[in-house]
This record gives sequence, C-alpha cells and structure tokens, in this order.
Amino acid sequence: MSTASSARSTTADSAEAPLLQVRDLHVEFRTREGVARAVNGVNYSVRAGETLAILGESGSGKSVSSQAVMGILDSPPGFITGGEIIFKGQNLLTVGREERRKIRGAQMAMVFQDALSALNPVLTVGYQLGEMYRTHKGTSRKDAKAKAVELMERVGIPGARERVTQYPHQFSGGMRQRVMIAMALALEPDLIIADEPTTALDVTVQAQVMELLADLQREYNMGLILITHDLGVVADVADKIAVMYAGRIVETAPVHELYARPSHPYTKGLLASIPRLDQKGQDLYAIKGLPPNLLHIPSGCAFNPRCPMAQEICRAEIPPLHAVTEEDGSELVGRGSACHFWKETLHG
Amino acid sequence: MPDQNTDPADDPMGTEVHSAFATPTPNLASMESEQLIEKEQLGADGPELEIGREREKARSLWQDAWRDLRGNWIFWVSSLVILFLLVVAIAPGLFTSTSPLACNLSNSLQGGSAAHPFGTDNQGCDIYSRTIHGARASITVGVFATLGSVVVGAVLGGLAGFFGGWWDAILSRITDIFFGIPLLLGAMVFLTAINSHSVWIVVAFLVILGWPQIARIARGSVITAKQQDYVTAARALGAGNSRLMLRHILPNAVAPIIVVGTIALGSYISLEATLSFLGVGLAPPTVSWGIDLSNAVQVFRNAPNTLFYPAAALSITVLAFIMLGDAVREALDPKLR
Amino acid sequence: MAEDHDASPAELRIEAALERPVQQGEPILQIRNLEKHFPLTQGILFKKQVGAVRAVDGVTFDLYQGETLGIVGESGCGKSTLAKVLMNLERATSGQVLFKGEDISRVSGRALKAVRRNIQMVFQDPYTSLNPRMTVGDIIGEPYEIHPEVAPRGDRRRAVQDLLDVVGLNPEYINRYPHQFSGGQRQRIGIARGLALKPEVIICDEPVSALDVSVQDQVINLLGGLQKEFNLSYMFIAHDLSIVRHISDRVGVMYLGKLMEIGTDEQIYEHPTHPYTQALLSAVPVPDPSGREGRERIILAGDIPSPANPPSGCRFRTRCWKAQEKCAQEEPLLAVPEVFRGRPTPAAHDSACHFAEDVDIVGAG
Repeated sequence: MSTASSARSTTADSAEAPLLQVRDLHVEFRTREGVARAVNGVNYSVRAGETLAILGESGSGKSVSSQAVMGILDSPPGFITGGEIIFKGQNLLTVGREERRKIRGAQMAMVFQDALSALNPVLTVGYQLGEMYRTHKGTSRKDAKAKAVELMERVGIPGARERVTQYPHQFSGGMRQRVMIAMALALEPDLIIADEPTTALDVTVQAQVMELLADLQREYNMGLILITHDLGVVADVADKIAVMYAGRIVETAPVHELYARPSHPYTKGLLASIPRLDQKGQDLYAIKGLPPNLLHIPSGCAFNPRCPMAQEICRAEIPPLHAVTEEDGSELVGRGSACHFWKETLHG
Repeated sequence: MPDQNTDPADDPMGTEVHSAFATPTPNLASMESEQLIEKEQLGADGPELEIGREREKARSLWQDAWRDLRGNWIFWVSSLVILFLLVVAIAPGLFTSTSPLACNLSNSLQGGSAAHPFGTDNQGCDIYSRTIHGARASITVGVFATLGSVVVGAVLGGLAGFFGGWWDAILSRITDIFFGIPLLLGAMVFLTAINSHSVWIVVAFLVILGWPQIARIARGSVITAKQQDYVTAARALGAGNSRLMLRHILPNAVAPIIVVGTIALGSYISLEATLSFLGVGLAPPTVSWGIDLSNAVQVFRNAPNTLFYPAAALSITVLAFIMLGDAVREALDPKLR
Repeated sequence: MAEDHDASPAELRIEAALERPVQQGEPILQIRNLEKHFPLTQGILFKKQVGAVRAVDGVTFDLYQGETLGIVGESGCGKSTLAKVLMNLERATSGQVLFKGEDISRVSGRALKAVRRNIQMVFQDPYTSLNPRMTVGDIIGEPYEIHPEVAPRGDRRRAVQDLLDVVGLNPEYINRYPHQFSGGQRQRIGIARGLALKPEVIICDEPVSALDVSVQDQVINLLGGLQKEFNLSYMFIAHDLSIVRHISDRVGVMYLGKLMEIGTDEQIYEHPTHPYTQALLSAVPVPDPSGREGRERIILAGDIPSPANPPSGCRFRTRCWKAQEKCAQEEPLLAVPEVFRGRPTPAAHDSACHFAEDVDIVGAG
C-alpha cells in the first residue's frame, strides 16, 4: 500500500483546508408535474480523516446532493442550478467532463446501497475490481487480478483467491457490499461517499460492514461522507452530522452534541421517535404530518407544518443557518441550526 | 430493508416492454404525486391544505395515460390518418365512382389524366380506384388478424402464466413450435395448399401464425402481475381465481398486450400485402395493394405511377398504425414505472 | 334431513369453531412442529426433486388473544414463509396450525374462506400491496364483495368510510387511487383493508420497514391503538429489534427455519440466553454515541448456512463462539435450559441452546 496517504496527512496545509467543500448547492428536477427543488442551498465540508454523516429521510435531498458531488446526477431530469463543489481546491462544476471522470473513481469513490444492482452481474468480481486498475492505471490483466485478490482480502472476504473468479450473485449481501467497498477503495481515493451502505443489510452484517468502513478510513486517512436515515448507525461512526430536510441543511453539529443537545425541532423529533431497546409501553413519539412534497415545498421553513413550535414567522421567513452558541454566548464549534427558535429548542 | 433477493419474474423473454412495466418504486414517483393531508395529523390550516383542496379529483392510471396520449402530436396525426383510412375502407364509393375492376386493355399504362388521376396499370385498370379500394382489404385483414391473434394469444398466454405448472410447460413448448415456423414460408405453403384466396382464410392463417407472439407477452405480463403483493393480498382475503384474474391481474397485465397489438397491426397489413404480392394471399377479383405491386414489378420502369401509388398507400397505412402503437406505448409506459 | 352437499362435517366443524369465542386461558393460535420445505428440482419437463429448501423447519409456539407476538430474525430465517403458511398462502409440508383448537393448515374451499375472515395480513411494501388500478374504496371494500355473508347490511360505502376514519385517513378520499397517497398513508389503507372483515388475528409482515422513520411511529401507534380497540391478536414479524420490543408482549427469535429463543419482551431483551439472540441484540446500533461504550459487542463470524443444507445438531453452531462437539451431535430442544430450570429468574424461558447463559447485552436490567 502506498505511503502517500500518510504523507498527505502530516502536512499542516491539508489539515486546515477541507478536502471537499460544497457551497450553496442547488439541484432541481424538471418533471412533467413541475420543478422539484431537491437541493436548496446546501453547505458542508469534509476534511481528510473525518467522517461527515448526512442524515435525512426520503425527499431530504441527501442522495441527490452526493450524486451531484460525484457527478453522476441523472441529467435530465436533474440539473445543478447553482453553487460550487470544491474538491482539493478545484471547483468540479467548472472542470471538463473528461477531467471529472478521472477524478471520479481515482480520487472520489462511491459505495451504493444495493450492491446487487451496482455490480455487473455478468462479469466476475475479479474482473470488475481489476477494471479499476486496468482503466485508470493501465495495469496488466495478471497484475490487476492479483491486486483484486489483495483488495478482497483487505475487506475481509474469506477465500479471496478462489472467490475472485465468482460472480456477484454468488456472494451474500454483506459480502457483496464488501466487494463494493473494495471497488471504491481500489485506487485509494481521498474521499468516499457511502450512500446508505448498510440499509439493505441484516443487523449483524451491518455492524461488520460499518466497522470495516471505519477501519479503512483510519488506515487510509480518507474523508468519508456517510448518507443515511439511521440515527443508530451514525452514532458509532460519524465525527459530525448534517441533518437535511426538504433540500436544506437544518442542523449541523459534532456527533456527541447532536444527540445530547439538538437545536432543531426536526432533529429533536427524530431522536424522540426512535424506539429504545430499554423503553416500553407508551405510544411512540411521532412527528405529525408527512414528509414534504418537493414540488410544493411549504413557504418559509419547510418543516413548519409539522413543527410543534411553529409560529407566524416560520411560515413567512426561511430561517438561515444560525450559529449556535451557549446561553452565555460562548461559541460552540461546528454547530448551526436553521430554526428561528433554536435558542428555545436548545436550551428549553 | 432486509437483504432479500426477490427473483425477477419467471420470464425468459425479458423484453424491453417488460422492464418498462415494472411496478412503481418509491423515489421520484412519490415526489410527483400529490400530498394529501391526513385529517388528524394537521391541526391548523396551512398553505398545504389549500393545495390539497385544489386537486380534489381522483386520477386513475388510465386517465393519466389518456392525458399523456392527448398531448402527443403523433397520436393525433396517426389517428386522423387511420380515421381517414377507415372511411376509405368502409365507403370507397365516396372517393371514386370508377370500378377498380373496369379494366380496358386499350387504356393500358396511361399517365395521369382527368379520367384516371393516377393513370392506369398494365391491365388498363384505374390506379386511383384500385388504390382507394385496396384499403378495405388491408384494413380488414390487419384489424381482424390483430383481433384474432390478440384474443387467442392473450387467453392462452394468460392462462399459462396464471396457472403455471403443466399448462405453462405445454403451452410454452407449443409456442416454441409455432415460433419455429418461418412466418412467410409457412404462410406460402399453407395458402398454396389450401388454394383459397378468401380474405378470411388469410386472416385465419395470420392468426394461426401470429398468436404465439402475443401469447409470450401475455404470459410474461401475467406472471409479473401475479407476483405483486396486491394479488397475494387478494388471495389472503379469500378471492377465487376468476376474481384474481379479472379484477387484479388482467387490468394490470393488459397494457403490454395493447402496445404489442397496436404495433402488430401494422405488420399484419404489410404481411398481407407481401402474401398477395407473392400470389398466395388475396387474388383478383379482390383488390389489394399487394396485387397491384405484383403487377407493377414488370412495368414500373416505364410507368412508375403503377408502383408509386400502391406503395405509398401501403407505407402510409403501416406507418400510421406503427406511430399509433408508439404513442400508446409511450403513454402507458411511465404510468407503471 | 337433507344432506348438505356444500360442506363436509369437517368444514362445518371448523366454521363453528371459528365463530365461538376463545376459552379462558386457551391460546387463539397454536402452531405445532410446522414445516415448509420448498423442493429443489432439476429438469425441464419431468422434474426430479434433488433437495429442499427448508424454509420453516419445525416451529412450535402459541399466540394468545389480545397479545402481540413478535418474531425477529434476519433474512433467510423463514419468518416471511412462516407468515405465508399461517395465512394459508402456502401449504404446510407438515405440522399443524390450530385455530381455536381446529387444524386449519390443510383446509380448502368453504372452510378456507371462513378461515380467511378470521386471520388477516398487513404487507410490507405499501407500493405494491395495493392494486394501482382500483380506487381506495374498492380496495377496502373488496373483502365485502368476496364475503357478502359478513358484509354490513345496507350502506357498504359508509362502512368503508368508517374504516378510513378508524385508520386516520380522510373518508372523503374514498375515490382516490393509491398512487395519490404517500407510503405511510398507503400502509394505513392496507390496514383498513385487513380490518374490514373484523378478524381476530392479524399477521403483520414487516409493516413499517419500507416507511420513513418519522412515519413508522405513526403506523406503529395506529396498530397499537387498533389492538386495544378491537382486541386483536398480532403476530408482528420484523427485523428491527427496537420496534419489535416496543409493540410486542412476547418475542420469538428465528434462525434458519427454527425458533432459537422465545419469551416475554423483558426476558428476551434483558435476559437473553441464546448466543444468537445475544449477538443480534449487540449488533443493534445505539442512537447514542456514548452508549456504545457500555455495550458488549459480539461480531458473528461467517455467513448464514444454506437453508437447503442446514448444519447438523444445532444449526447456529457454525457461527457460534460457544460451539462444542455436543452442538454438532445433538440438536438442542426449545425448552427452559437445565441451568435455569425451577429458578425464579427471568432467564428461565425457552431457549434452544446446550450452553445457555444469561448475558445482559442491552444494559438496561
């Protein structure tokens, strides 16, 4: 394995400048029924070695924003209508397609939810893994195969030497996900985006795969963006969390802070609705109402129809992402809340 | 969701038509549908409630499809052409008073004139009149062959798909056998042997050779529909086979059959022309574009109008039906996505 | 006395049994050694059986009236097949399903139809469990069309609207089509359909797995409320252990077609004695970054064996850290383990392990 990655992390420069910075991203989908505003001004950043978790339900825009970052957005009907995606100092939206393609895979990789559909069923696993080396580095077929075995061993697939010639359907769900992770890892990217990597997996396998991801991140000092709706999965792995709702980030916080002291009613609602293993008997807390229709996002704060604290101002004005501070005004690093009443939510 | 690999429909065909008719998935589709407000869940009246009231009407999937179809210019153009052709086929007398059989050899191979707007063919028959009258044969054969093969194919294929097991095994093998018969060659052999040139014999034969194609589609479509949860739910309620088939499976399986049928219409029309051209299909005194084309082969170099008019008529007719089929396919496709 | 050609005496007996109320203390459903094997065949026209996928391989448990029995397990454990067999959507290979004392696992015809009135199902996927070409009113009203003898006299439309109301949907939407509703609302429609015939038992097959987190709780609360209101008995099948705990009175853990452990929710969650249960509980992610430290982490090795070829003896032994020779030779019975027998500890519940041990994974007790 290369030592370049560790060298990267020791320089002071890279420790300061984020690996990826998304600024004011806007993505919309033009459909027969109208324009669905999937992402409405999203800002986040990830450093090398850091894990950012983007939390949200369906319609929050979390997957769409990461597809935009990777440059794999289905266009049409999706269009990036504003913002910047700055990766290692370069704005990816101004870079040519060929350049973008080179970055994709080599420096930025994605792990998808459904490994069965993300992997080509008629090609062996070894071929697909080897392809990464053959196309990006021009490695010979023999060497590529050896690399594939190495990768499979690294991600914990037993009997890699024999299994390298097998097809995706011959692997179990958890093993397939490991293969996907291996593919993402192959060229030692600086950033990995994992879109619901464990949602389709059983609980015991979930734990294994998340542990693997965390392990690999530490070893290669990669930036990791974890996209999920599962608050439990996130608690283990993330350093900081961005909660999305209706295409906007409604709260950002370091992981411990978010669970202990949420400052947005939506986050509070999500945390309250988790059934605990050690709780029983009463009705579960349920956020009233339905997830938003992206064709008709409510005016003002998109969460207002469902918010227990909603007032007139919430319908009238879209709340900006306020910097969240302590009661005495002292700064809380990395915390923001897009709520007019964040103070009351946090402290009350 | 747990890691369950549901097998794709037990369908070796896997045509493009099928993937387009997969069941709806919850992504963009759920974003597109209107949001309705649950009565308890939303206390105060908000802007969403207003929007909910505006869109009061229920919208079935067929209505959606019709709305799409209406907006497609191809649908209107092809429908108008087809309508026109139907009128020509039903009442050719509206367009010409000359009989297509009033042939006078002394008028052979004349160019366009007042009496014969399209000229005359090598027998001295009026091309314009023959072109007009030829529509009837083509439309009749096309429509009835389609109807016949769709009915036979849909019933047999649907039953095979629904019951599976032995039914399916036997039917699939029979379908294979019929598929193995080359359409044109088989038609030629059969029709030569029967030695009848009646329209209905030709229709019958097209049905005999054409039903397997529809049966395949119907079988696959029924199998896909049968595997849906709502069919299982109906079974769980105690629904009998006839209710399952008629109320649940058929309405959801019929779309691909409609599409294939509409497209097949066009091909049956050209098939008839081909058979008549080869001399095994329709024969005089029946008027058919295929016969005209056959007659034109020898002489069209000197008199191109003998070839041009029947060929143009045939092409326009086939094109109109294929365009219609295309428009219908597009309208039905996204609904079931 | 005219002989009734429509129903055999057995059928009449079953129908009578379905009508009468449950005896005091008697379970409403008794499952005894239920097995469902799917044959594996070779050949195109003349199929030869070469093996079987043993999806459900000998399951025994009871369901009492008014209670919720949760069944948890991972994919391939057979819980969905179990649901289908109980619903008579699949024929059991062997074993019995006793509903109020009568075996309903092999009925057909009229008796089967009668059984369908008493045991209903809620499906997992709200996007495929409703016929997209039927209106909501038709979907919920279909049970009345199939069973006109128990349909409400007079206004059926009114009855359907009442059902919509009961599940928290606006009765005015009776003429809408499923695609005009959200996932959570569709699930409510499915529940309304299941309630139409006033069943006594409802089998919920992963009813909230496909829903958003914020909507899941609404549906769970609804199910709980309906249970209280109509005295329903639920069998709640899921893979999400937290939700199962919340709604269940008792819980059974399935692995590879068999029950590994069964007990009250407190017994299973706070005093699990079977290693598989313990591994499952330890794998459930905790929504609390600091809470993880307190919990013991068990990572299972290997993959789930093929259900066509389960391991001899205890089928969990290939992934169990406690496995010894005895485990390969002798299959452990689902019974109170010897070490806990007779003792007044919550660990004294049925567990199929030779080396059962009470370990508090969750850290609550």
